[in-house]
Amino acid sequence: MNSLFTPLSWSDTGYILTGVWNTVTISVVAIVIGTLLGILVGFLRAESNRFVNVLLGGILDVFRSVPLIIQLILFSTFVGAIGHPLGPFVAGSIVLSIYTMAFMTEVFRGGFEGVSQSLQTAARSLGMTYWQTVYHIRFPIGLRAVLPSWLGVALSVIKDSALVSVIGYMELLRTSEQLISRTQQPLMILIGVGLFYFIISYPLSYYGRRLERKMAL
Amino acid sequence: MISVQNVHKSFGDLEVLKGVSLDVPNGEVVSVIGGSGSGKSTLLYCINAIESINSGRILVDDVDVHSKSTNKDKLRQKLGMVFQQFNAFPHMSVLENAALAPRIVKKMSREEAIEIAKKELEHVGLGDKFDVYPTRMSGGQQQRLAIARALAMKPDFMLLDEVTSALDPELVGEVLDTLRLLAEEGMTMICVTHEMGFARDVSDRVAYFHQGVIAEIGDAKQVIGDPQNPLTQKFLSKVL
Repeated sequence: MNSLFTPLSWSDTGYILTGVWNTVTISVVAIVIGTLLGILVGFLRAESNRFVNVLLGGILDVFRSVPLIIQLILFSTFVGAIGHPLGPFVAGSIVLSIYTMAFMTEVFRGGFEGVSQSLQTAARSLGMTYWQTVYHIRFPIGLRAVLPSWLGVALSVIKDSALVSVIGYMELLRTSEQLISRTQQPLMILIGVGLFYFIISYPLSYYGRRLERKMAL
Repeated sequence: MISVQNVHKSFGDLEVLKGVSLDVPNGEVVSVIGGSGSGKSTLLYCINAIESINSGRILVDDVDVHSKSTNKDKLRQKLGMVFQQFNAFPHMSVLENAALAPRIVKKMSREEAIEIAKKELEHVGLGDKFDVYPTRMSGGQQQRLAIARALAMKPDFMLLDEVTSALDPELVGEVLDTLRLLAEEGMTMICVTHEMGFARDVSDRVAYFHQGVIAEIGDAKQVIGDPQNPLTQKFLSKVL
């Protein structure tokens, strides 16, 4: 047996768990930042005039249409070329967050636009200011309405985070690739990694659906 | 007192109000009747500064509603408004619906706001619905909630925009009874309505709107029972 290849052993567990942890970390960062920015820009789009919207929409379309893997490589190469190289985690977080934001923006815009005008007029007729109406009426109703779509985007971000491996981030997929090249046991490792992605995503999906039922209007 | 003085209002090329004047002293109930598109709802929206006006003046207790220096949010606290759509806040319980504005607009404590909300909900007969969510209630109950929610702000005037038009016929009565109660308590009200019986029995005066002007205004029983203007006669003969 060639000594270059050593079989998978229990001592690899720590290595794999590092990958799991890194996948969770970058996904949480991207989902949190992407959601917050998405709410902000989504609200801006719902409230803006046509000109601002065409401009914003065009920019966001670029992030939504160009494959994530290309964005990662371009950004990482670009910041390196101008002399400010970023670590794979920081570069990956930035690109993945913006990518997430681009999708979240459309989700939240739809939610805010869906809150009926007459409901907001009723709130204003009670003496509530514009911002009070936004905070107490429009946000809570709009955010609840888009919970299922938000969940869909969040779940896909966890899976898309695998692509950050191309710029050298040691997340779950990249650790598994390295284990595969060492052990030559691709089938078992990939099944294991797939299982880990499921274990990471399932709680989000489960609690998301529960929250959705609880908050149904 | 609400004083509408020669108000003109256009949406684009369409002039909806063509010089409307109407004085409503405190304690009076005025019903506004007329065909759809005659401008009667627009008048209420203009009084509440939800819509702007092109010319003329609207005074609420001598405050010029459409003056740039008027704080419209503050003004609206005086003017309770109820709409054709019930507009209950779907993410809040009945009690929270009624307590929200007193709490955040009038800056009352939570306890104080809830106390007022409970009182007004009992007032309109929803004393057993505090914790219910509005989507689980009938249209009539939702509309009474909307009335209680407006009353919780202790308004001096109530503007009612066809509040029974979206209701199933069997639910109209309970909402009209609530309004009748308010009228008896001396609330100043302007009611845009298609309920001729209500207009005749509950209001002091009735104004008939036709194509953006008040074609006839007078004592409620007289306008409904014995209209003088041929336009009013024609309208009433169609709806009665």
